Amino acid sequence: MSFVGGGRRVTALDGVSVRLKPGAVTGLIGPDGAGKTTLMRLAAGLLAADSGRIEVLGIDVAREPQRVQSAIGYMPQRFGLYEDLSVGENLELYADMQGVPRPMRAARYQELTRMTGLAPFTKRLAGRLSGGMKQKLGLACALVRPPRLLLLDEPTVGVDPVSRRELWSIVYGQVKAAGMTVLLSTAYLDEAERCAEVILLHEGRLLGQEAPAEFSQPLVGRTFVLRLEGMSTRALQSRLARVPGVLDALVTGDRVRIVAGEGFVPETATLLADHPTARIESVAPRFEDAFVARLKGQDGVHGAPPKVSMTIAGEVDDEVIRVRDLERRFGDFRAVKGISFSVKRGEIFGLLGANGAGKTTTFRMLCGLLPASRGELAVAGHDLRRAGARARRSIGYMAQRFSLYGNLTVMQNLRFFSSAYGLRGRHRAERIRWALDGFELDDYQDVNAGLLPLGYKQRLAFAVALMHQPAILFLDEPTSGVDPLARREFWARTNALAEAGVTVLVTTHFMEEANYCDRLVIMADGEVLAAGRPREIRQRARTQDSPDPSMEDAFIALVQGREVAA
Amino acid sequence: MPWHIFAIALKELLALLRDPRSRLVLIGPPIAQLLVFGYAATFDLNHVPVAIHNEDGGGAGRELIARIAGSPHFDVVAQPTRDEQIAPLIDNKKVLLVVHLDQRFSADLLRGQTATLQAILDGRNSNTAMLALNYLRAILLDFNRDWAMQQGQRGPPAVLRTRAWYNADLNSRWFIVPGIVGLLTLVVTLVVTALSVAREREQGTFDQLLVTPLRPVEILIGKALPGVLIGVLEASFIIALAVLWFEIPLRGGIGALYVGVLLFLLSAVGVGLVISAISVTQQQAVLGAFLFLVPAVILSGFATPIANMPEVVQWLTYLDPLRYFLIVVRGVFLEGDGYALLLNQYWPMAIIGVVSLAAAGWLFRHRMY
Repeated sequence: MSFVGGGRRVTALDGVSVRLKPGAVTGLIGPDGAGKTTLMRLAAGLLAADSGRIEVLGIDVAREPQRVQSAIGYMPQRFGLYEDLSVGENLELYADMQGVPRPMRAARYQELTRMTGLAPFTKRLAGRLSGGMKQKLGLACALVRPPRLLLLDEPTVGVDPVSRRELWSIVYGQVKAAGMTVLLSTAYLDEAERCAEVILLHEGRLLGQEAPAEFSQPLVGRTFVLRLEGMSTRALQSRLARVPGVLDALVTGDRVRIVAGEGFVPETATLLADHPTARIESVAPRFEDAFVARLKGQDGVHGAPPKVSMTIAGEVDDEVIRVRDLERRFGDFRAVKGISFSVKRGEIFGLLGANGAGKTTTFRMLCGLLPASRGELAVAGHDLRRAGARARRSIGYMAQRFSLYGNLTVMQNLRFFSSAYGLRGRHRAERIRWALDGFELDDYQDVNAGLLPLGYKQRLAFAVALMHQPAILFLDEPTSGVDPLARREFWARTNALAEAGVTVLVTTHFMEEANYCDRLVIMADGEVLAAGRPREIRQRARTQDSPDPSMEDAFIALVQGREVAA
Repeated sequence: MPWHIFAIALKELLALLRDPRSRLVLIGPPIAQLLVFGYAATFDLNHVPVAIHNEDGGGAGRELIARIAGSPHFDVVAQPTRDEQIAPLIDNKKVLLVVHLDQRFSADLLRGQTATLQAILDGRNSNTAMLALNYLRAILLDFNRDWAMQQGQRGPPAVLRTRAWYNADLNSRWFIVPGIVGLLTLVVTLVVTALSVAREREQGTFDQLLVTPLRPVEILIGKALPGVLIGVLEASFIIALAVLWFEIPLRGGIGALYVGVLLFLLSAVGVGLVISAISVTQQQAVLGAFLFLVPAVILSGFATPIANMPEVVQWLTYLDPLRYFLIVVRGVFLEGDGYALLLNQYWPMAIIGVVSLAAAGWLFRHRMY
């Protein structure tokens, strides 16, 4: 399967052959651009393959797409909910479109709304639902006539962890009760472990189709966690990542997880000769370990990224960002409901939450892109909305989806943004060189930014935000959609910046990335659910059953705690 | 010019010219529209199909028919011989006009009596029917005069002798083609500038631009300059074609024309940027541009005279920059107007331009969604 776009032919899927197990959930896993959506759309008969053959439920899709479409349920990434119709009307509409007999409807609606927890909201407009509820309604609409095969394209992206778990249990309920076959694509690697079988795609090629445990099988005995008193996990991680023989180092909780290369035995002596007190424990491998190990095997040696050096003047512990009782209303909808927090110089500060929690709204107010309805805010002592152009020189901004000029080349983007930040002459040339070297963009100088692979787009957007050496960096969902390797590289760079004294404010919906932050707030429905160091927040969820909760567990505990209180 | 503004203008031009689709928008439609308007849009009627039902057979009748057939305005396509053949010709739109000479036409004339000539018109399009009738009248008038001279009679008591100034042949292309300079320049600059901010909002780069130390006024100028530049090139191209290809006389000075072009572009770019600042998506921007274009063209006097519009609508035309520019461009082309005569057209365009640009600049920072 290939596409032609922008004068360049893109092979989206290259000789992929898979067979789905009936009556089970198969996960379609891979980073953005791996070909997941293309495969889904081919199976749904919405695209025609360049070559090869697809049979769905015994029907040749290319020949009888109509018959296939009437036998399957398909939920695309942005499901077509009618936002101006109520929950009930949306269900009714999909029932009409799929020809569900009238007498059967009432019972089916009741079952679906009970299962999705939407029963109390049938009269509410779909546009007024939270992100998680919208996804559940989308799923209900796809299930309105029980299909034999259900195709779900990234149903959990950007959805809060509670809704994610609920979506999974609905899907599993359907598989058990109706013997449905499900193909579900996801960019969350931890979800792979919930599937009976996993199809792993990378850049259009099939890396394997196995049960998740089989993927990680070769890594048994090669995964470890380290803890070292007196050294921050971030510093430990960046140090371990540089040790030859360590395939992967990742901050998880207050420890660092490493994957050892084949034949490398991690011991205190080989890893941290100067810290004999470090404790190394062997742990069971996870799917993500296997994924990273395989990808690194694909790309050859993938060392630590080159150091990005910057120096920022100023006292540590200065309050760089202050937010007090910040509120933002859109009509009668309160997107941000009076939140307060402050960020110190050189901190990595996280704003965590699902889509629609108010992260981006807060973020845009801080950058001066959106006026606050009420409350106070100051960035480096200024309200950027009112302050002059000069105050904006101290911030760097990286927008969601890496906003770059798509039909300008990498070089033209760098030139434009450096000029926009007032760099000229030799200084400008130096900074452009710095960006090309530091972010390994040299080979892509003359490529249009819109045609770059996503990981490189992220690098370029990051470089652009840093051209003028800002003291404060705003990063909005910087890792969304990029593959685990690019995410690791991104955090390595961000850590280095923080070490150099740059203050970083970052939003993310990946709960595990919270562990890279010095401090964070968790937001939900425009409110701050919890604030503090990652470790403190995790410990709030500690119970006897789970002595070492993950950030996601903590988030779920917080949300449930709030619902009980309410 | 400050360095940043130059950087934005350069980026805008690059973004526009590196995209094959927008390159096409700049070059394709203007040429196509110029040809369509230049050749197809004309008030002159040529080669009207006519049928002649001649029952007469006399010399005078033949003489009149020869004059009709020889006119560039008419093509004789049928010669029915019976009355009942006439109706189908008109019904099926085979002919627009049937001329009927009865048996006594030549005889009556020779006897010195008044002879009648019957004309049957297809009145479904009253405008064309009237035009065709006028041509026929002119032919008949000539015929009468010549006949009177031949017969040694005195001519008619009073005759009308016309001379059209500025456009001696009353060639309607001379009126329309200079108008196209305004029309096409407006379409292209409006679409280019209307898309410029909307495209950035859609791609998210506008936020990126707003957080840089660039001031809104710098962004505004940076975005307006490429629009003006493209507009000037577009206008020059069409002016050149009007002069060299359509051979419209350019009687006035280039300077007076280009002052008008620049002020007109200022207002067009201002309106385009206001539309762009309001729109969230490119689709909305294109829609907004056309929402402005259609009334702007109708109210400009491009095709229908402003003096014929109801008074309230005439007031509205004062808001339309194209109204002023059409007077400038037609004035310079056909009348040879200079700066002084056009001053009253220049300043309203300048005001529209400044007000709309100021509004766009304000909207950049205040239009948030």
